[in-house]
Amino acid sequence: MMTKERMDSIKEVLKPKIVEKLIGEDKVELRGDEVVLKGEYYKKQVRIALKNCDIVDPTNIEEYIAFDGYYALYDSLTKKKPGDIVEEIKNSLLRGRGGAGFPTGRKWDEAYRYQADKKYIICNADEGDPGAFMDRSILEKDPHSVLEGMALGGYAIGSDQGYIYVRAEYPMAVKRLEIAIKQAREYGLLGENIFGTGFNFDIELRLGSGAFVCGEGTALMESIEGRRGMPRPKIHRTAHVGLWGKPTIINNVETLANVPVIINKGYEWFRGIGTEESPGTKVFALVGKVENAGLVEVPMGMTLREIIFDIGGGAQDGKEYKAVQTGGPSGGCIPADLIDTPVDFESLGKIWSIMGSGGMVVMDENTCMVDIAKFFLDFSVEESCGKCVPCREGTKRMYEILDRITKGEGVEGDIERLEELSETVSSASLCGLGQTAPNPVITTLKYYRHEYEDHIHNKSCPAKSCKPLIKYFIEDTCIGCTRCAKACPVSCISGKVKELHVIDQSMCIKCGACYDVCPVKPIKAVSII
Amino acid sequence: MEFKFDMEKNKDKVIEFQDFLNEKKSTKGPLMPALQQAQEVFGYLPMEMLEVISKTLQIPMAEIYGVATFYSQFSFIPQGENKISVCLGTACYVKGAQNILEEIESQLGIKSGLTTPDQKFSIASARCVGDCSIAPVILVNEDVYAKVKKSEIKDIINKYK
Ligand SMILES: Cc1cc2nc3c(=O)[nH]c(=O)nc-3n(C[C@H](O)[C@H](O)[C@H](O)COP(=O)(O)O)c2cc1C
Ligand code: FES
Repeated sequence: MMTKERMDSIKEVLKPKIVEKLIGEDKVELRGDEVVLKGEYYKKQVRIALKNCDIVDPTNIEEYIAFDGYYALYDSLTKKKPGDIVEEIKNSLLRGRGGAGFPTGRKWDEAYRYQADKKYIICNADEGDPGAFMDRSILEKDPHSVLEGMALGGYAIGSDQGYIYVRAEYPMAVKRLEIAIKQAREYGLLGENIFGTGFNFDIELRLGSGAFVCGEGTALMESIEGRRGMPRPKIHRTAHVGLWGKPTIINNVETLANVPVIINKGYEWFRGIGTEESPGTKVFALVGKVENAGLVEVPMGMTLREIIFDIGGGAQDGKEYKAVQTGGPSGGCIPADLIDTPVDFESLGKIWSIMGSGGMVVMDENTCMVDIAKFFLDFSVEESCGKCVPCREGTKRMYEILDRITKGEGVEGDIERLEELSETVSSASLCGLGQTAPNPVITTLKYYRHEYEDHIHNKSCPAKSCKPLIKYFIEDTCIGCTRCAKACPVSCISGKVKELHVIDQSMCIKCGACYDVCPVKPIKAVSII
Repeated sequence: MEFKFDMEKNKDKVIEFQDFLNEKKSTKGPLMPALQQAQEVFGYLPMEMLEVISKTLQIPMAEIYGVATFYSQFSFIPQGENKISVCLGTACYVKGAQNILEEIESQLGIKSGLTTPDQKFSIASARCVGDCSIAPVILVNEDVYAKVKKSEIKDIINKYK
């Protein structure tokens, strides 16, 4: 059995060793009494959910214990009542990090008050937003923080069984979780009679099988029960009637990773970080056409500018920054002139995007906004489970319209049709997938309407990205090096050495190979018009 | 393509799979783990094994079929020896993953979702493999290729020929 004395002695021996080693490798520095990663990229970051990532060895439970791991669980089980934990989380105003931002404490309170012989707690590790990998990092680099968060949740609501639903695309995360669960059982931190308090709690892993909609709470439950992952109509709250009809709490990975730290440091400390209505931090996957791509964890309320430019270094390769997409397929594109918007649940909602799970995809001048809207609609069409008509049929019709616009076949009235469909699909769909699927279209129409109009009326793509609408053309700065002619896969470029080359437009497949190889500087002789 | 499941050749695997099913029979919600195990052990879901699942877990074939067709990780045909997955998640897409996929399709002469006639390669697209900071990403079996360029595709494929 694990005891406080044993944890103390592990911590006393191991922590100095780890810190010394990491300082020796020049990987970390001390910020107050906290050990943080070193480097410019981390200076503006405040890490709570990621606090142990790249610092502790995720395959060794003792290293997690050395960094205060499982102390929150010990204190709670030995000194606090379940209701106290619920109160603490309620007071912290922690909001779900999986997308919707629902107050975690309120959810727990519902399940805590509901009497039942069996209750469940589920960790949603399905991380479906394509272009985001926050949860993956936590699962792979600090799995115990999630296990401890779940055990605390289990104690708070009176559940003895947890499930972690991980997407199958993350084999390494699955492996790390398996190891972590095994070690936690060996150390008596999962299983029966934890810390000798009579509290039992165990966790089972369940794998997804490649269906985005299974990230939706009730669809996920259907999937665990062994059915098609289709969302349930929301007649009951899952906190009352959830998995196998029992009260069930479902929380995101990052939400759960915050829990032990809040219990350890208290809700007042947590409320001191971030904004009044959205306390704490948020992890973002800053990716796309940005100089320094990677994970960042910052206090809520930091502006997009600070995240994208100060931490991310702005657009890549000296290109012009155009927009950032947040919230994945449910979110929106935020244009450059709103770069000073603070990032929290309310502020992003006001400008028609959402916080989402934390994907932040940076786009530059060469990204076509109609094409991006089409990309997300394609995603929604494929991932719609097919249960309700507005989502199944509506997203498909929207996709078809976007597809023809990007092909230069858009017709008068397409924009209006898109707007009408957006409204129907978002108001009549059964679950969040359909309700939010039109968002990428709505926001791009709001901020980049002229791009749609250019495609439809002028048959041109201002970002020069939609292939059917562009032409490759060789300017008379051509030096006649013949590289383009050699690279052309359909041999449609003719010209003699040291003479101007010409592209036969009727044969050109617009693959861009000529543009890629053209050596003329500073402006390539191949231009896209 | 026609495939015949060879019971004789897969005898050991079938026994192993049957043991797995017997063990899972008494747990709650055993169907997904059963299908995942079959996919893992046999590389696809042979009809013969779906029948075994149906008998052991007492679930009608129609229901099993319904579940198996819902999830994109399950396949009813064997996969190629080398599985190429091209990430088409948002981060990879804005960095030109579509062009990479088209290049692979043209090099191998098959469309995404199919297997080459010699069963050497199959191509699939993925929705974010969680390596967005090194986009665009392709996976060949377990190998990750980061920041892939169109001009590198040929060499990558040749490694597995
Ligand atoms: C289509 C759809 C997909 C979702 N995917 C995820 C996901 O991958 N991960 C996640 O944590 N939440 C996802 N959610 C949100 C969950 O339904 C749920 O709100 C969340 O897991 C609750 O946890 P939280 O309160 O800790 O955020 C999704 C919702 C919808 C509608
Ligand atoms: S979008 Fe390709 S790895 Fe995330």
